[in-house]
This record gives sequence, C-alpha cells and structure tokens, in this order.
Amino acid sequence: MHMADALLSPAIGTTLWAGTAAVSGYASMKLRERIDDRIIPLMGVLGAFIFAAQMINFTIPGTGSSGHLGGGMILAIILGPHAAFLVMASVLIVQALFFADGGLLALGCNIWNLGVYPCYLVYPLIYKPLAGNSRSSGRILFASVMGVVAALQLGAFSVVMETLLSGKSELPFGAFILLMQPIHLAIGVIEGLVTAAIINHVRNARPELLESTAASRPLEIAISLRRIMITFAVLAVITGGGLSWFASAHPDGLEWSIEKVYGKGELPEAEYGIASVLKGIQETTAFLPDYNLKSAGNKSKKAEGAPAWPSADAGTSAAGIIGAAIVLGLILLIGMGIRTFRGRNV
Amino acid sequence: MTFDALYYDMGRLDRLSYGDTFVHRLDPRVKVIATILFLFTVISFPKYEVVALAPFFLFPVLLITLGEIPALFIFRKVLLVSPFAILIGVFNPLLDDGIVAVIFGVPLSAGLLSFLSILLKFTLTVSAALLLIATTSFPGVCHALRRLGLPAIFVAQLLFLYRYLFVLMEEAMRIIRARDMRSFGTHGTDMKVFARLVGILLFRTVDRAERIYCAMLSRGFRGDIPSLRKYRIAAIDLAYLATTIIFLAVFRSFRVTEGIGHIAQELLR
Repeated sequence: MHMADALLSPAIGTTLWAGTAAVSGYASMKLRERIDDRIIPLMGVLGAFIFAAQMINFTIPGTGSSGHLGGGMILAIILGPHAAFLVMASVLIVQALFFADGGLLALGCNIWNLGVYPCYLVYPLIYKPLAGNSRSSGRILFASVMGVVAALQLGAFSVVMETLLSGKSELPFGAFILLMQPIHLAIGVIEGLVTAAIINHVRNARPELLESTAASRPLEIAISLRRIMITFAVLAVITGGGLSWFASAHPDGLEWSIEKVYGKGELPEAEYGIASVLKGIQETTAFLPDYNLKSAGNKSKKAEGAPAWPSADAGTSAAGIIGAAIVLGLILLIGMGIRTFRGRNV
Repeated sequence: MTFDALYYDMGRLDRLSYGDTFVHRLDPRVKVIATILFLFTVISFPKYEVVALAPFFLFPVLLITLGEIPALFIFRKVLLVSPFAILIGVFNPLLDDGIVAVIFGVPLSAGLLSFLSILLKFTLTVSAALLLIATTSFPGVCHALRRLGLPAIFVAQLLFLYRYLFVLMEEAMRIIRARDMRSFGTHGTDMKVFARLVGILLFRTVDRAERIYCAMLSRGFRGDIPSLRKYRIAAIDLAYLATTIIFLAVFRSFRVTEGIGHIAQELLR
C-alpha cells in the first residue's frame, strides 16, 4: 500500500525524507566498504527482477483471487540488508515516477515503510534468528511468514500514523487501524508463503546464491541499527518538532519561511519599481488586502482554539467558485491556444 | 490491467521523453528542483483549501502543451492510481459534516471541502511526477540526482534497474505466455508453479548480472556510470526556474482565484 502525496503534510513528508536519506547514505557507505563492484549490476538487475516478478500473478488458494510478489523480504534474504534497502528504494522510485504509485514527496514515507522495516528491522531481528543457518525448509517457511507479516504490519501501521499526523484525513485512529492491519495480515501471510517457496526453491537449485549473504553475517547490524534509529529520532524531533511548532503557530509554512528570511511575516514592501506599481493596482482594485499573508495569519491565530474550519461566508465562497471557474477556464484556453498556435506553425 | 497493457503503457511514457521540445531541452536538474518545489507548494496548502489550488493547474497544463505530451494519456494514468487517495479521503465528508458554507442554495460541509482538496492535490502532484518523467527521461533524472549529490553506487544501480526493466519484463512476458498456453483455467497458476517460475526468472537474472559485470569490467567500469550527454545549466534554465518560483510564490501567497471571482461579481452587478 503506497502512501500518496495528497494525504501528506509537508512536515511529515520532510521528516520521513530526512530519515530515508539518512538510511540511504548509511547503506551506500556500507556497500562502498565492499571493494567488489560486482554487486552494482546485480542490484540493478534484481530491482528489475522484482518488477518482472510482480507482473507474474498466481492464484491464492481457496479464494480464486490472484496475488503477486511484494519484494522487500526476498531481496533482503538474497542481497543482505544494505543492498536490499537500496534496491527497494530504487524500485519505489521507479514506481513513483512511472506508475505514479504514491508520489515524490510521499516517496520518503514509502521507502521508509517498505524498505527500512523489512531490511533493517525484520531481517536482522526476526528472519535471521528464526531461520538461522538451518537447511530445513520448514524453518525458512516459518521465518519468512513471520518476517513478511511483521514487515507489512509495521508498514501498514506507519501508513496510518503518517496519514493521521498529516491531518488531511478525518478517519479516526481506531477505524483506520481496523481497516489497514487485518488486510495486511492476510497479504502478509500469502506473501510470506510465496517468499518461502521461492527461497526454498533457490536453496535447492542454487544454494550458493544464498550462502554468499549468509556467510557475510555482520553482527554489527544491531548496533548500527541503533545508530540509525538515534539519527532518525533526532532528525524527526528537529524537523517534525520544528516544523509542527510553526505549523501550529502559523498554519502557513510559507509565511513562516518568509518570516524567517525577513524577520517579519510580510515581504518587505518595496516603495519603488514594479512592486509599488503592483501595490498601487492592488490598492485600487482592493480585492486582495483581505487575503494577504498578514490577515491569513491573524485569522488562523484567532481560530486556533476552535476547530479549524474556514470562516463560513457565503459571499467569499461564491467568489471562490466563480474565480476557480474563471482561472481553470483561462488555463485551459492558454493550453489550447499554445497547441493551436504551434499546429499552425508546423 | 493486463500484463501487455502495463508493459506497453510504461514504454509509452518512456518514449514521450525522447521528445525534443523546449521543455525536454531544459536541464534535468532544473526540472527536478522545479517539480519538487511545485509539489511542496501544493501540499503546503491547508486541508480545507480548494479554490486557491486552481491556478496551479497552469503548471501541468503548460508542461503538457509545451512538451507536446498527450493530455489524455497522463489523465488516464492519474485515474488509474487514484483509488488509495479516494479510499482514504472519501470518509471526510461523512465524518466532518459541519456546514461551512451555502453556495447557490447548496450546503457545503467541511468534509466535502477537505475531500475535494485531497482530490485536487492528488491530481496536481501525480501529474507533476508523471510529467517530470515524460519530459526528462529516467536517465536524465538519474544524472540530475547524481549531480545533486546522491551516492554514485545508488545512482549506478538505479540506471541498471531502468536499463534492464524492459528486458526482464519481456522475459516475464514470455514466461507468462508460455504458462498460459500450457494451462487451462486456474490450473498451473497456483503458488507452487509460481514459486518455480519466479525462481527460474531469478536464476536467469543473476546469471545475466554476472555477464553484465564481466562486460562492464572489460569496458573499464570503475564504479560510476558516466553520461555521454553533457548537461550544462544555461540562462534559459535559470529563467525557467525563476519563473516557476515566482509563479509558485505569487499563487501561494495571494488568493488570486477569489480576487478574480470578486472582480467578476462586481462586473456582473
């Protein structure tokens, strides 16, 4: 399940981007320590493999509906956590750009939900201890199902938290959780079964593929994981805390940034040049003063205690709708105008 | 969506980036930055904002027309991924039912406004992301990311992913076709067969990676993938970026839409 830009607030999006960027930097650094470049084409091609494998569907037993492979866990088992994380991030980037799954701002959330959990939490803490170095397919099955279920539960929970903290959706916490977790429990069990079946097949046919990652078993993962979590927590507090502080004081992030640059909530008013001409026009037409930055800030401060509904004013709303219709009409005209103008030129 | 349709759809988005228009010729870095700024501006609007979002449609519309991108194709792709945003947003009108305005006799609830706002933001953000790819090409975006400071190893394997995406998808397509020809109904599509098919695909993939690696070594690979095309930020790129920033700042800070509405009301009176 991919998080979408439209459900996200800038504060949450930035926080998760910061966390994801930190982990990506860490993973790249870890990989660079291996002098072997061999892993680069392998990672890239395995990313493409995840796409290709996702397109092969299968019938879920008993239901007749069809499912497909998710990927994070299987990559972690084959490549190890660092490389798997970067591949997963790449897969999500391509999905965001080509299939518009999620979005570019939500990419941070998605990489976090679908990459960090399986690679850096579930793989070292659940899959590895459960599967061990055993050759029994039963243990691999158990470890895979537990691992994928845990990863998906964490991911689904994060989607809920990110959406709710962003405050764009009205869904109450309980209902949202009840909507997301059971669905992902079912998906997790199926995906775990499939992952186990593939891993067992690989282990039978080409065991050396799995042994290369099993041999390089870094115990430091647990330690470095803590470092990542601390880095992320600090980043989250700084960006999230800082951003939500100004978000509550001024719902308008842009206003805040202007305030930071200029020391006050308004752009300095130039008394010369085009700015003053524009200001003159603005004063004579007199439709904007009520909507400038300053009054928007005041209004929101007044409304802080009350629910943040915009003030009900039929006149304003009607103007808004008429204005929107005109603006959209103009944009369409501009678009069509350019097109016909070009057509004539060609 | 069937496999073939998905595959060709993706190929089509890729082919759009081969275009040679004003937008396509802009430096990828500038386009990536402009797109991210656009997304941030759109997302930064408060949850009940609807009308102020209208002017922002100018950005995708201009990219579509100047970049000669088929508008319907982009629109169809936006629709295709809309279910999640709709699913989460559709509860807003039911749960947040305070009436905030009555327009032309129709009562408007706060939840309806926030739902509309989600839908508009969704359309804007998704189309901006798609248009970035359609006007910049994936390798272009990758090189921009590299120049903007992403780790070389990450960008290198991202380029590999893209290069072999189509190859492996074709391979998967052949596998599926072979399976479908040999199976009847749901026979042969169970998990056991699936695991083996994917396993085979995985082996082929790993072997392919090995061959690619050997080929790369013999061509002098040292960990970074250089681009033959030299990207240079020219005056026109800076002008594009500046225009975008001014456009975003103006429409973010002034409620132009309602202003125009007021003027229209005055004129009609």
